[in-house]
Amino acid sequence: MADTPTSEPRKVFAPWLDPNQKPLVRFENVTKKYGDYTAVDNLTIDIFEREFFALLGPSGCGKTTLLRMLAGFEQPTSGRILMNGEDISKIPPNKRPINMMFQSYALFPHMTVAQNIGFGLKQEGKSKAEIDKRVDEMLKLVQLEPFAKRKPHQLSGGQRQRVALARSLAKSPKLLLLDEPLGALDKKLREKTQFELMSLQENLGLTFMIVTHDQEEAMTVSSRIAVMDKGIMVQVDTPAEIYEAPNSRYVADFIGDVNFMEVEVLRHEGAQIIVKSATLNEFKLETDSDLKDGEKVWLAIRPEKFIVSKEKPSDDQNMVQGKVWDIAYSGDTSTYHVRLEDGTTLKAQMANRRRVRNRDITWEDPVWVAWSYRAAVPLRN
Amino acid sequence: MNPTRFNWFNATSLALGFGFLYLPILILIIFSFNDSKLVTVWGGFSTRWYVALFQDEAFMEAAWVTLRVALVSATFAAILGTMAAMVLIRAKRFPGRMLFSGMIYSPLVMPEVITGLSLLLLFVAIGLDRGYWTITLAHTTFAMCYVAVVVSSRLLSFDMSLEEAALDLGSTRLNTFFQVTLPIILPAIIAGWLLAFTLSLDDLVIASFTSGPGSTTLPMKIYSQVRLGVNPQINALSTILITLVAIGVVITSLLGKRQAEKEGKQ
Repeated sequence: MADTPTSEPRKVFAPWLDPNQKPLVRFENVTKKYGDYTAVDNLTIDIFEREFFALLGPSGCGKTTLLRMLAGFEQPTSGRILMNGEDISKIPPNKRPINMMFQSYALFPHMTVAQNIGFGLKQEGKSKAEIDKRVDEMLKLVQLEPFAKRKPHQLSGGQRQRVALARSLAKSPKLLLLDEPLGALDKKLREKTQFELMSLQENLGLTFMIVTHDQEEAMTVSSRIAVMDKGIMVQVDTPAEIYEAPNSRYVADFIGDVNFMEVEVLRHEGAQIIVKSATLNEFKLETDSDLKDGEKVWLAIRPEKFIVSKEKPSDDQNMVQGKVWDIAYSGDTSTYHVRLEDGTTLKAQMANRRRVRNRDITWEDPVWVAWSYRAAVPLRN
Repeated sequence: MNPTRFNWFNATSLALGFGFLYLPILILIIFSFNDSKLVTVWGGFSTRWYVALFQDEAFMEAAWVTLRVALVSATFAAILGTMAAMVLIRAKRFPGRMLFSGMIYSPLVMPEVITGLSLLLLFVAIGLDRGYWTITLAHTTFAMCYVAVVVSSRLLSFDMSLEEAALDLGSTRLNTFFQVTLPIILPAIIAGWLLAFTLSLDDLVIASFTSGPGSTTLPMKIYSQVRLGVNPQINALSTILITLVAIGVVITSLLGKRQAEKEGKQ
C-alpha cells in the first residue's frame, strides 16, 4: 500500500446509471426481523462490480445486519439476496465467495500473522508452497513482511488492522465486506488507511462494501453511499449528490452540518421560485425539484454556502441581516453563528484566507449573510 | 508507596490466618518424617515410613485404583463438562435453558452424602456391580459440573467473531471448533481437568458409597486405617497426597493467570 493515492486520476465510474449493467449483488425486498423488532425493512438495492459501497447510519439502523446477511451469518426473514443473479440466501457462510473484515479484526490469537493470513487458503486444501507464496504476497501488500512470525498480541492496532485486511483479501473474494474497519484507529492513521483502502480496491479491481457510522469516512472512500435509518434505506447516491442534494431532512442532517429554514412556496417566476419564510423576507430559489405553489417546504443550506460580509452583497443573491453571536475558530475555517432578526441562528462557515488578526468581522458586528439561488435545497417532510 | 503499610496488625492477621489453615498440615508433614513409631513423639528425622508405605501392597493397590479413577473420571468430566458449557453459553434460546443451567450447577452445592447415596441407589437399581467403574462414573458425575463452570466462564469472554471469521474464510463448523475454538479454550479445559483430577483424588464420601469389594481408594484406606489408630505411614501417605493436590492447584491457577495476561494484552 502506497502513501499516496494512485497516480492516475479516477475515471468516471457509474454502472448504476447504465441499465445494461448487471449488479454483482442484489437485495430484493429483504426484511430481517428479530422477534417484534424489524432490523431491515423491505429493502431493495443493487451493488455493482468494482464499487466501493458504503452503508452509513447511526448504530441500530440495520447496516451491520445487512452486511451479516450478505456474509451468511444471518438469514433474511423474507426476500432474496442474489449474487450474479443467483439466490445465495441458503448458502452457508463458508461456501460464499465473500470475505469479511471484522470490526474486532477477529485475528486468531493462537496463530502467527502468516498462519492467520493463510487460514482461508488452508481450508481450500491448497498446497503448502501455494499458501506460502500467497501469504508472502499479502504480507508485502500490507507491508508486514518482518512480522510474519509474530502473534497478534505482539502487534500494534494499526498492524492488526492490516493483518485482518490481508487475511480477508488472501482468497481474492469477489466481494469484501468491511465492518467499521477503521473504527479502532486514531484519526491520522484512519485517514491514511482510507486512502490505502481506496487504492487497494482500485488496483485489485475488487468490490468493497463498507459499514461505517463515520460520514467523513463514507464520503472519502466510497463510490456510492446508502444512508440508512431504522432499517430503511433513505437515500442511495454518490457522496456529492448525497451532500449537495439530500432527499430528506434526515440525510441532510446526518451528513455534515446544515441550516434549516421553513418556507412557503409563493409563486413561480420563470426558472425561479419565490418562497417566503414566516418570519423573514422572501427568497428566490432555483431548483430541479418540482414544487407547487402554496406548498410548505424546508430549505436546507450548508454552512459553507453562506457568505458573511459587513457590506451589503450584490443583488443577484438571497440575503438576510443579523448580528454575529459567536465565532468558532477551527484553523482552516471559522464558523459564524449569526443571530437573525427573528431570533433564529444561522451557522455560516468561511475559509480563513486571511490571518485571524486581520479578520474584519468580530463579535456583535451587524453582518449580511448571503447565499446564491441554487445553494438552498428544498426538502419536503 | 503502598497505600497500606505492613504493620503489626496485618502481620498478626496473616500469621493467625495461615496458622489456622496450615499448622495442622505442617505438623502432619513434619511427623511423616518422624523416626518414632509413636505419632506424637518426635524421634529424629527418617524416611522409613515412606519406604514402608511403598512396600505395603494394600496401600499401593489403593493408590493405583485412586490414580486410575482420577485419570479416567477427570478425562470424561473434561469432555462432558466442556460439551455442557458449550451448550449453555452458546445456545442462547432453547426451552428449559434456565432449568438446565441451574441443574448443571446444583451438584456443586449438593451434600456429597446425598450425591453418593443417590448414585448408590441408581447403581443398585440398574444392577451395576459396584467397583472401579461405579466410582469412576460417580466421580465423573460430580466433577463434570466443576469443569462446566470453569469452561463456561472462559466461553463467556470468547469473541464469537473469531468463529465467524473462520467460517467466513471457508472453514466448516467442525473444523472451526478444532482449529479455532478448542485451542483458545484449551487452557480452561486443562484447568477443569486438573480440578476434576484433584477432586477425585481426595474424595472419600462418594467413593465409599459407590465402591465395592476389591476397589478401595486411598482416602477410604486412610480413613479405615485411622479408625484403628493413627500410624506414621498414614502421615507419609497424606504428605504425598497433599503434594500432588498442591501441584494440581498451582498448575491450575498458573494456567488461569497466563490466560488472563494474554487477554489483557489484546
